[in-house]
Amino acid sequence: MLKIKDLEVYYDGIHAIKGASLKVPQGALVTLVGSNGAGKSTLLRTICGLKKPSSGQLIFEGHNLLDMSVTRIVQMGITMVPEGRQIFPDLTVMENLRLGAYTRTDQEGIAFDQERVFNLFPRLKERAAQKGGTLSGGEQQMLAIARGLMAGPSLLLMDEPSLGLAPILVEEVFRVIQEIHSEGVTLLLIEQNAQAALAIADYGYVMESGSIVLQGKGTDLLHDEAVRRAYLGQDVTA
Amino acid sequence: MTMEIFLQNMANGITLGSLYALLAIGYTMVYGILRLINFAHGEIFMISTYFAFYGTAIFALPWQISFLIAIVLTALLGVVIERAAYRPLRDAPRISALISAIGVSFLMANLGLVIFGGRPKTFYRPPIFQTPIELGGVRVVALFFVIPALTAILLVALNYIVYKTKTGLAMRAAQWDFDTARLMGVDVDRAISITFAIGSALAAVGGIMWGLRFAEINPNMGLFPGLKCFIAAVFGGIGNISGAVLGGFILGFGEIMLVAFLPGLAGYRDAFAFILLILILLVRPTGLLGDKQRVKI
Ligand SMILES: Nc1ncnc2c1ncn2[C@@H]1O[C@H](COP(=O)(O)OP(=O)(O)OP(=O)(O)O)[C@@H](O)[C@H]1O
Ligand SMILES: [Mg+2]
Repeated sequence: MLKIKDLEVYYDGIHAIKGASLKVPQGALVTLVGSNGAGKSTLLRTICGLKKPSSGQLIFEGHNLLDMSVTRIVQMGITMVPEGRQIFPDLTVMENLRLGAYTRTDQEGIAFDQERVFNLFPRLKERAAQKGGTLSGGEQQMLAIARGLMAGPSLLLMDEPSLGLAPILVEEVFRVIQEIHSEGVTLLLIEQNAQAALAIADYGYVMESGSIVLQGKGTDLLHDEAVRRAYLGQDVTA
Repeated sequence: MTMEIFLQNMANGITLGSLYALLAIGYTMVYGILRLINFAHGEIFMISTYFAFYGTAIFALPWQISFLIAIVLTALLGVVIERAAYRPLRDAPRISALISAIGVSFLMANLGLVIFGGRPKTFYRPPIFQTPIELGGVRVVALFFVIPALTAILLVALNYIVYKTKTGLAMRAAQWDFDTARLMGVDVDRAISITFAIGSALAAVGGIMWGLRFAEINPNMGLFPGLKCFIAAVFGGIGNISGAVLGGFILGFGEIMLVAFLPGLAGYRDAFAFILLILILLVRPTGLLGDKQRVKI
């Protein structure tokens, strides 16, 4: 579904992604783990078209994403739930959701997805008229995910959705991710919480200073010695 | 003070307040989306009056058509200024765009001087606006009703666009953060262009009504109204549309009342705005309706 090949991305002088290649098959839940500054967010921003790579390939369902605008990429079915939530705090919950569906014109489909996210997050329905900024941190993360779903994506990119949440909410987020996946949405999930992410993933990539250093089935990586030492050890003590 | 003079002052205050409000909205909308003080806004206001002037005086168009064309051209002018002078500097430090804005302001004022000439021109005033209307035994010309009424209509329309349409939703999303708005599929450049078009069109309506009210236009006429309305926007809370309207009315009304009740201070009329600015910056730096200052990423 999504194929990334030899991707190189720079910020001014900083070489943020150094020839990364990844594949996200249709219907899969793929996770990308790695320490701070590894280039994970940069990779997602590049897929969405927010950041232009200096070279490499980005192919989505046979289409080259490199020359497409962000709007076009969203219309193609790729949506990102950005790092740090990034909901619109001055807009109501409802307006945030309407923005999620901004590129869509199929009113019925939008109404259907709205029902769907309200079923997934009943809290948001209660708070529909409230400003996004007045929600709790966990609710804001739910809103960010719900807003992403309102675009009706076939590929959902999630950048550390569990970041900064209380353990019980982290569990809730992972439950939601699995539910979205079971509905047939393909997922590329970035997580610091490597243990939990690899446990639910079909396939995993490990990124380190801009390069993919390891990859394999989620459960295989989970039991990989190197991964355990480098990433999971931190998680246990954290 | 007789009833008649009092009512006349009220009318003057509401009228000037309306004009200031229309002009202040442009400052606040552009600031809201770009965090930029568009110093050229006063000159956009000035040039709109010349568009309308040439339409009637040189091209002999009916005033309705001429005014309408002037509004459209001014909206385009605002869009072009953003494209040419601000967009290339979008990723540069914010001070660069600010300097560019000051440059555009000077450029347009001086171009105006060269092209239009320094001598004031007489603005065509359709007789219909001078129709006297009796109100409580006082005669006021129709213009004093037209200006606030038209302003009110435009404010309702603006409110509708910003809060009830998809375009308005996109503009408000872009105000918060460009990249997050883009992720929703919002065309941020388009949202910015629309913001400039609306702000400039409102300045044009203000400019034309200014011409109708004061009968004379000149290439420097953008300077003081521009500065004052910038202050009105800051006073009301820059970035906040209701704040700009409130600030515009307070400033316009205050100015007229200062002269009416304290004629000895009439010479300080233009200083009034700056005193208000200093006061608000001391007491409430975010302005009357401004909320906590946000840092845009
Ligand atoms: N806007 C930017 N300008 C310059 N450098 C940047 C920018 N964004 C990221 N970088 C640099 O690029 C590298 C990769 O950053 P990125 O945000 O992609 O890492 P990450 O893996 O998402 O980290 P984290 O886990 O902390 O979110 C880092 O060295 C970072 O400093
Ligand atoms: Mg990141």
